Amino acid sequence: MTTTALNPAAQTDEASRPPTRLRVTNLRVGFTKGGHERRVVHGLSFELAAGECVAIVGESGSGKSVSARTLVGLTGAGATVEADELSLDGEDLRSFTDRDWRRVRGSKVGFVLQDALVSLDPLRPVGKEIGEALRLHGWGDRSSRRAKVLELLDSVGVPSPANRARQRPDELSGGLRQRALIASALALDPGVVVADEPTTALDVTVQAQVLDLLEETKRRGKAIILISHDLSVVARLADRILVMQGGHIVEDGPAQQVLTAPRHEYTRSLIAAVPGTHTRGRLLGSQVPPVVSVPPRPATPEAEYAGPLLEATDLVKRFRSPDGSVHTAVDQVSFTLERGETLGVVGESGSGKSTTARIALALTEADGGSVRLLGQEWTSLPERRRRRLRREISVVYQDPLSSFDPRWDVQRILEDAISSTDLPSRAARRERVAELLALVGLTPAVLGRSPLTLSGGQRQRVAIARALAPWPSVVVLDEAVSSLDVSMQAQILDLLVTLQAELGLSYLFISHDLGVISHLADRVLVMKDGVVVERGTVDDIFARPQHDYTRELIGALHPITTSHPLTTTEG
Amino acid sequence: MTPTSSTELTLPAVAAASAGGAPGVAGDGGGRRTLAVGRRIVSKLLAAVLVLWGAATAAFAAQLALPGDRATVILNVRAGQAIQRTPEELAAINEQYGLTNPVVVQYLNYLGGLARGDLGASYQQYRPVWDVIGEQIGATFALTFTGIGLAWVLMVLWVTLTAGRRPQVRALGTFVETVTAGLPPYWLGIVLLLVFALGLGWFPVIGGSGLQGLLLPALTLAIPLAGFMGQATRSAFETALTQPFVISARMRGMGDLAVRLRHVLRHAVLPAVTLSGWALGATISGAVVVETIFTRPGIGKVLVAAVNSQDLPVVTGIVVVIAAAYVAANLLVDVAYTVIDPRLRTS
Amino acid sequence: MTATAPSTTPPVPPSDTATSTTPPRTRRVPRLRWSVALAVGVLAFFALAAIAPGLLATHAPTALDLTSSLRPPGVDHWFGTDESGRDLYSRVVFGTRESLSIGLGAAAVSLGLALVLGSLAALAGRFVSGSVNRLVEILFAFPTLLFALLLVAILGPSATTQIIAVGVGSAPGYARIVRGQILAARQSGYVEAATALGHPRGLILRQHIIPNAVRPLVAIFTLCVGQSIVWASSLSFLGLGVAPPSSEWGALLDAGRSYVTHAPWLIVIPGLVIVVLALAATTIGKDIQARLESGDE
Repeated sequence: MTTTALNPAAQTDEASRPPTRLRVTNLRVGFTKGGHERRVVHGLSFELAAGECVAIVGESGSGKSVSARTLVGLTGAGATVEADELSLDGEDLRSFTDRDWRRVRGSKVGFVLQDALVSLDPLRPVGKEIGEALRLHGWGDRSSRRAKVLELLDSVGVPSPANRARQRPDELSGGLRQRALIASALALDPGVVVADEPTTALDVTVQAQVLDLLEETKRRGKAIILISHDLSVVARLADRILVMQGGHIVEDGPAQQVLTAPRHEYTRSLIAAVPGTHTRGRLLGSQVPPVVSVPPRPATPEAEYAGPLLEATDLVKRFRSPDGSVHTAVDQVSFTLERGETLGVVGESGSGKSTTARIALALTEADGGSVRLLGQEWTSLPERRRRRLRREISVVYQDPLSSFDPRWDVQRILEDAISSTDLPSRAARRERVAELLALVGLTPAVLGRSPLTLSGGQRQRVAIARALAPWPSVVVLDEAVSSLDVSMQAQILDLLVTLQAELGLSYLFISHDLGVISHLADRVLVMKDGVVVERGTVDDIFARPQHDYTRELIGALHPITTSHPLTTTEG
Repeated sequence: MTPTSSTELTLPAVAAASAGGAPGVAGDGGGRRTLAVGRRIVSKLLAAVLVLWGAATAAFAAQLALPGDRATVILNVRAGQAIQRTPEELAAINEQYGLTNPVVVQYLNYLGGLARGDLGASYQQYRPVWDVIGEQIGATFALTFTGIGLAWVLMVLWVTLTAGRRPQVRALGTFVETVTAGLPPYWLGIVLLLVFALGLGWFPVIGGSGLQGLLLPALTLAIPLAGFMGQATRSAFETALTQPFVISARMRGMGDLAVRLRHVLRHAVLPAVTLSGWALGATISGAVVVETIFTRPGIGKVLVAAVNSQDLPVVTGIVVVIAAAYVAANLLVDVAYTVIDPRLRTS
Repeated sequence: MTATAPSTTPPVPPSDTATSTTPPRTRRVPRLRWSVALAVGVLAFFALAAIAPGLLATHAPTALDLTSSLRPPGVDHWFGTDESGRDLYSRVVFGTRESLSIGLGAAAVSLGLALVLGSLAALAGRFVSGSVNRLVEILFAFPTLLFALLLVAILGPSATTQIIAVGVGSAPGYARIVRGQILAARQSGYVEAATALGHPRGLILRQHIIPNAVRPLVAIFTLCVGQSIVWASSLSFLGLGVAPPSSEWGALLDAGRSYVTHAPWLIVIPGLVIVVLALAATTIGKDIQARLESGDE
């Protein structure tokens, strides 16, 4: 069965309309656990033609991933799948046996998952993984398969394929291994490709390359189903967008229309929640953070200090790897943080931004350079002398759960952070805990609960409350919103902005996400491979980038994060 | 032979390589890597020698720890009765065993002897310990290796078939493993003996050379070991089954059993490989017991007799030999580990 | 035209609960599994047997009755009789106290030693922790039973020797576990967060490291007791344990060895009793472990 889009029969049949590859009508998926059934997908319907890309957008729990897996028969144990119609190239998928699925998977439909580091067997060379698809479907013999693997690697843009085919995923760079993953999905030239968050774990520059590749795949006539939570990725590739929420389709239409003139409230709030240069100064979420009367901060000499809060000079940090080589993670990095401002540190993985933050927090000893906190010696002091100043600088991590003692409940976590020298009486501390909860928008009901029972957003709020407990001057936020859904991220960002205004905080904000940085930061440091390649105000960096790397980063951004012509601004 | 719990196991850190990753350039990296590998091998050998030395020292200390005057003890052990000894007799023994030298000298002599393969002389028999042990140890090692091999086969089959299935199957699998892991070899051996040898008559009751006589004793050792390793392997197997690369493989059209065998198994056996080094020591001690049950040749009898008569050089000699075997096994296990998980070579 | 959203769109969910990445865990108490209930029952039986054997035994353990020697298990002698006509069931019941004491004693020695060694290896200054670490690695090279045999050779067979031998012999393995737990706690995110808050090291040790490291040890203690009983009985089986006419289970094993062919119950049943007890302890230990991991106290 030929799979090119230029199928002459189809063309003459339907006057240049490309053949429909996939037909889904009223797909319903439920999971039965412990006796009762839970509906996860309610009535998904769409058609997919060759050369077309349909995107399913939603946050976690929306059912988008389950839908994608159901299309290839991998819904999972205990699942009931019903549909009025579910056909792939004319074959009825509802009646498929295991054998039918094995025949179809890889040859008629290919699947691309996120993060090739774990989506390809880490113990095997990528060439073997790609060749496996060929072998399973009885394609050619050993030597012709080997040749085909090299050809495939070449077609996805992997240089020197003969060498690369012998390497394992961890030996390849992020972009190369994602390309290899795509090659393994395309090995048998399937007509349909399902891509489930294909760019999520990747650096921004690599994302752009992978999207280029997917675009080319589309041009070659493949039909693509794209699952993503990232609107900018979707905006680039999709012809048609379906928005899912809680298992329901809430919006369905041509990409352009959905993105510029969405009809459903949820879609509008999703789009409005994407941070970027155009969202500076306004709230992202639909909820307004509560206005709380803040008790005055005890007057200490530190609170009065007017100079730069953090002064980092020529920081250097080297790591020795097991094979003996020395890797310079931070190389002569300097910066200052003034009171009341947000300094954004942006870079891809391996740029050294997190290490820099840890040095600023004096949680990692630098090999060179020093940091002054509130005008006083900070990193050069022994820990005993530093402790006194630690209350001035707090940290919020990407994963709050690992920073909480697993045995403690929220009350204990917060009380522990309140200095007993500040508030010697138990009652005063209790009151302070209540204040902190109000500040971050949590109700006292969470006090007795373990963080394990809270949602991701609630946990991050608890982490922020804990960070605020000693009345710090500086808060270091290390990828603090990176693990959150778009809506949740929007609310936390709004909270951070509000708190900064109410409490006069200064933020050192580390992130790989340019959109978030451009929304939040006043000044920006761009880091690459341990070096600061550019610094300036947000305006300078985003409107007039000087360094090549900065230009590359910004060029990889999709317009949806830099400008968005929403017809209405009502949420 | 019930070993310590498996909670201790730490699986190797999955390469938390940053998404940037190593570009994997050949050339200079290669040279640096071989140097690093060489350095690691040397450090492992040094560690092994250190453990051996420590074991030898502990063995020597044990010999010193015998209460009472050593010369008297030796004579009593030989004679089988505790009586007063004349100074001439004592002098002769002191001369023979060098017991009047300062402790340090004795220690150095002992170490020197070990290096030459001389484990000292038995108190009870008038022979070098090495002769006493050497005659029997071959049979024990044969039994031990067969037991470990059989354990691996059983475990791999059992886990591959029962891991990651319906909850009832999994519960059964876990239950069987928990029960078998805790079975003492003496009890299991006797039950097997009663059922299969005495009852059904499929196997010889006593000794028996060759495979037939080896199977039941080996099975007695293999079953608890399989249960124990199975617990660790099962948990690694089920973790691996949830990994995305399994979905990728299914998405290429691979069937369930094929995925288990070709992809998941390699990931799952890593903790069991680590355990196998320890398993050698544990299985040998189990072999001691099992030999007694099935009346097989081996060091079991020698060891028990030596313990009973307080013939310390024999006991410590056996302990040192087994410690050496354990160290060697661990080195082999390390090598096997990097073969199975090549990421460790470069990390 | 494709069918889109149904007429009743679900309401936009309230802020935090629905749209989060890491799903919250519902705090439900794991159902009490029948296996655990059974294990507790078994342990209760043995505890009673240890405290008040007279309540559970059917005969006196030393009552000789040569007319019913070597009887298989039956109605009047539930476990059968030995060569002197003594009721095996009653002997098992009366031997519980001694066997359990040996097991508990050995477990106490083992874990006590393991705690000391493990803590030193994980918390002390570089030189001390390094040396203790090496020491534990060296001791770990001795398989438990062989180590125990070595100690028996030095000290001579007796109940006390059993306790010491099994205790010291199994300690290195547990020391490694203790060390691993403490290190994991030390390197955890919450310890770092506490450092960032400005807590002194002593406070962090008391508040975070020790409680979190010790938590799993309760489960390990139960496992250890079960295993110690098995080790001790292995020693007895080899004839190196407590001497007859004690009713201690190991001694029963030793005595039963010579009758394997014509009175197998004399050795199989005491062995089975040991297996059941160890299994019960293991089951409870694993259940405690599972509960701790799922976040319940």
